[in-house]
Amino acid sequence: MAINYMVPEYEVVRDPQRCIACRVCERQCANEVHSYDPELNCMRSDETKCVNCHRCVSLCPTHALKIVKNNDTFKLNSNWSMQAITEIYREADTGGMLLSSMGNPNDYPIYWDKMLINASQVTNPSIDPLREPMETRVYLGKKPDHVERNSDGSLQINTPPQLELNVPIMFSAMSYGAISYNAHESLARAATELNTYYNTGEGGLHKDFYQYGPHTIVQVASGRFGVHKDYLNAGAAIEIKMGQGAKPGIGGHLPGTKSVGDVARTRMIPEGSDAISPAPHHDIYSIEDLRQLVYSLKEATAYKKPIIVKIAAVHNVAAIASGIARSGADIIAIDGFRGGTGAAPTRIRDNVGIPIELALASVDRRLREEGIRNNVSIVVGGSIRNSADVVKAIALGADAVYIGTAALIALGCHLCRSCQTGKCNWGIATQRPDLVKRLNPNVGYQRLVNLVNAWQHEIMEMMGGMGINSIEALKGNRLMLRGVGLNEKELEILGIKHAGE
Amino acid sequence: MKITAGDMHFQTLNETIRNTPDTEIEIDSCLGQRYIGAGLSGKHIVIKGTPGNALGAYQDGCNIEVHGDAQDATGDTMNDGMITVYGSSGDATGYAMRGGKIFVKGNIGYRAGIHMKAYKEKVPKLIIGGCAGSFLGEYQAGGVIVVLGLLQDGSYPLVGNFCGTGMHGGKMYLRTDTLPANLPIQVKAEDASEKDMDEVRPLLQEFCSKFDFDLQTVLNAHFFVLTPDTANPYKALYTRN
Repeated sequence: MAINYMVPEYEVVRDPQRCIACRVCERQCANEVHSYDPELNCMRSDETKCVNCHRCVSLCPTHALKIVKNNDTFKLNSNWSMQAITEIYREADTGGMLLSSMGNPNDYPIYWDKMLINASQVTNPSIDPLREPMETRVYLGKKPDHVERNSDGSLQINTPPQLELNVPIMFSAMSYGAISYNAHESLARAATELNTYYNTGEGGLHKDFYQYGPHTIVQVASGRFGVHKDYLNAGAAIEIKMGQGAKPGIGGHLPGTKSVGDVARTRMIPEGSDAISPAPHHDIYSIEDLRQLVYSLKEATAYKKPIIVKIAAVHNVAAIASGIARSGADIIAIDGFRGGTGAAPTRIRDNVGIPIELALASVDRRLREEGIRNNVSIVVGGSIRNSADVVKAIALGADAVYIGTAALIALGCHLCRSCQTGKCNWGIATQRPDLVKRLNPNVGYQRLVNLVNAWQHEIMEMMGGMGINSIEALKGNRLMLRGVGLNEKELEILGIKHAGE
Repeated sequence: MKITAGDMHFQTLNETIRNTPDTEIEIDSCLGQRYIGAGLSGKHIVIKGTPGNALGAYQDGCNIEVHGDAQDATGDTMNDGMITVYGSSGDATGYAMRGGKIFVKGNIGYRAGIHMKAYKEKVPKLIIGGCAGSFLGEYQAGGVIVVLGLLQDGSYPLVGNFCGTGMHGGKMYLRTDTLPANLPIQVKAEDASEKDMDEVRPLLQEFCSKFDFDLQTVLNAHFFVLTPDTANPYKALYTRN
């Protein structure tokens, strides 16, 4: 047998004083790390299989388990890290491209953490959201250029279709296939209760979830999985997926192992067949072609629904967004390079795209300079981690944000970044029935509602502190932000002053 | 209902079609209006002239006839119904079809039948009387594509380059003695068997009677059948990280 060069990344530490060999860990681990030794009546571990998802740790009744970073190391080298060496071993072993999941984990600048929010003192007093009205409702869609009146002076209502959100937070696209039925149910029910929206992703809409249509954004991607007339009409808006932050420039690929049962039925491909979304839409080679897809969807839904065009944040994002704003689209969604994914080649995930903060600032500026900012709303995603990120995004010019990873963490995801294996122990990124049932949608949906409610309160507190009582007054209000530790170029792109200025 | 399209804007034309209770619709002097029949069902639309791009996109059970040529993305993502083109049809015809039939008497452009799908009894069919451009059936995941080459004068090959790239489902019938050059390795090309021909015969019969071709002449030729040898073409492409 060939030598296995791999060193386990984690070590399973089991406290023998506490372990009662109840075998819960063994039953809970889909990676088969734990096993029972009947001769010695004790548990054993094979840590080569451990992904550090913490399922066993959370469920161990005697708290006997801990997963720690393995101290074992190759000879230390600042250039050739353990990870760099291991990745070479993996590719040399198999000849395959490295495949990862969830967002880029590397140490790139996080601009959210280099921006600080303003507050009122003495003049322009702050507002207490607990006793004064505070508006967090937003409408997404094209806004009319001017007010028109009928001959009797009454207002002409000719607003293009809008999405109404009680709070400027939506759940971003995650397909049925990439995530489980129970995860989708949790998102759909939470979006409905919160009066916001979740997004089907590109895998179609399970027939059970048509009832949540008024709070659903249905996605159309290059593979056109699950796209048909009823699907388009079921959603409140239609999103054309041109790109994704985790893998700009490449397509999607649901492995045949996840394409089972209702997933295959919903996508309309034979069971066990790969579901391949090619990188380009084969009918889109220009903004004019994009316009054609936008209008074919508008025609198919009688102009009743806003059309979103989602792109990844890439180098020329401002020029691309300018084209999209002229394509007839109502909303542009931009996904930053830290956005999550169910599977993406490691090299793409970790090296392609740009931070959402810079992309957002430059898109908003470009559209304002060209006088077309009101043609579209801007929604940003790609690692919005908390309510402060939301406030900063809106102050940089976003109308609303998409959260994906944060929503999954609320459902129990521990960011072990192993979605591509389909063996998610938390019942989220898997289609194995025994694992899916671990996520109880009654609990899951409530946790999502709790999260967004908590963020909404925090947003209102921060707005109140700035003396702002309407989210509209925060939008693009860059004076409410100051940079720390940023160079002049970064400040210029973000359009903000340095702290102290 | 009879509509003279002329220079009418596509939105006006399509709104009229959408809102009329009539199921029989005739469009005369069609001059490139796009999206005709998009997302509709239960209508019989007869078009004289040239409809624009995305004819019958997402349609679900309309019967659309074009007496003339159709342009790009005809029947894009259609779910059910029929589109008959008495002339030729442009690029990306039948893109991501999920069901129903598209019959084109003449030739067809590039990237036709890309990403066609199928699930159990829903099997879309795209039949071309003439020749097809490059990238025919790229990423084909299901359904049946037939290219007959009946109008071939020898100036074009039956199908262009890169036929069946990324194909991982469905079936392609090519009425020819010579295979397209450089077929991808995962695409298996075989002489059509009795069973293959039995499967396709009713379709050809329907096609021939629609366009007045002689079925026997069509059948008296050699057919290749192209199928993918794996439903998971990219499985070996990755290793876990």
